[in-house]
Amino acid sequence: MAVGHPLDPYLRVDRIPTMWCPGCGLGVVLGTLLRAVDRRIREGQLKRENVAFVGGIGCTARMSLYPLFDSAHVAHGRAIPFALGVKIVKPEMKMIVVGGDGDIAAIGGNHVLHALRRNADLLVVMVNNMVYGMTGGQLAPTTPRGLYTTTTPYGNPEKEINMVRLAAALGANYVARGSTTHPQLLEQMFYKALAKRGMAFVEVLSTCPEIFGRHIGFRNPADLYLELRKRVVVKARPSVEESDYSWEKGFVLGEYVDRDEPGYIDVYSEYLSRVLGSGG
Amino acid sequence: MISVLTERCKECGICVTVCPTKVLEIGSARNRRGYRHAVPARPEKCIGCRLCEYNCPDFAIFVEVSAG
Repeated sequence: MAVGHPLDPYLRVDRIPTMWCPGCGLGVVLGTLLRAVDRRIREGQLKRENVAFVGGIGCTARMSLYPLFDSAHVAHGRAIPFALGVKIVKPEMKMIVVGGDGDIAAIGGNHVLHALRRNADLLVVMVNNMVYGMTGGQLAPTTPRGLYTTTTPYGNPEKEINMVRLAAALGANYVARGSTTHPQLLEQMFYKALAKRGMAFVEVLSTCPEIFGRHIGFRNPADLYLELRKRVVVKARPSVEESDYSWEKGFVLGEYVDRDEPGYIDVYSEYLSRVLGSGG
Repeated sequence: MISVLTERCKECGICVTVCPTKVLEIGSARNRRGYRHAVPARPEKCIGCRLCEYNCPDFAIFVEVSAG
């Protein structure tokens, strides 16, 4: 009975159970992320002391507090510039940015825009629960049209943002969409993303039964889980156009972009050696 | 062998839903936080697929597949 969970060596077990509500998908995201990191460490491609987690503000950003790795909990929406700063000073680090749709697509929108444009060498995990969970279920930019939230009691009239299309358009090296209902697939995506140079952007659809589910009639965690599983489709090589989603049409999971362009660190080391090496 | 770390369980019931052979169920016993935690009611039916382990958001379930 003394045996522990296989992921316990990577967790700050004194902080478990997590602060997340029963049935929240964030624990699944953290678990799959740690399994992917564990695989890379065991295969010798990653050193444990070179992995760091950065989170801003929100339920998802609290994820940076649970892994037994270096981690930082920074200002709202500012996890990406913080992580990029560390990466520039210590290029051997593998920086993992975790944030929710509010932290990354809303308040941190401008930062993610330019990190994508620069193909910054980060793994950005954006967990999309389609609502602002921590603050009480307000409309998020990712909320699909027509859905009920605390601030849209007659249904959301606005169009939702599609971060996959944005990331693909701005030139990230790896863009994928996973879901907490398909954790094995998600682990594969994280595993692959950890080895990429340049920006790896993974959007993860997640369930928020307490806040999001309550308003749309799926208060029970298992019900919302099954409902989301019904609405996702896995495709082997989806086109970026297929990434547009709505609650009725559903969500396409898969690897949208997988290319190997020079990342921000490559560009700047080449630039520095050219400028400084010229003798001046 | 399937193990449930009962003090971590939050009674979300996702493990009960995903298990293809209905090994798990929500029991009547409560843990220290008042949640009725999941119990492996029919452990002999476990096929070692680990869907419960992967889908548990609270690191509360793990499956050990015995060799041989």
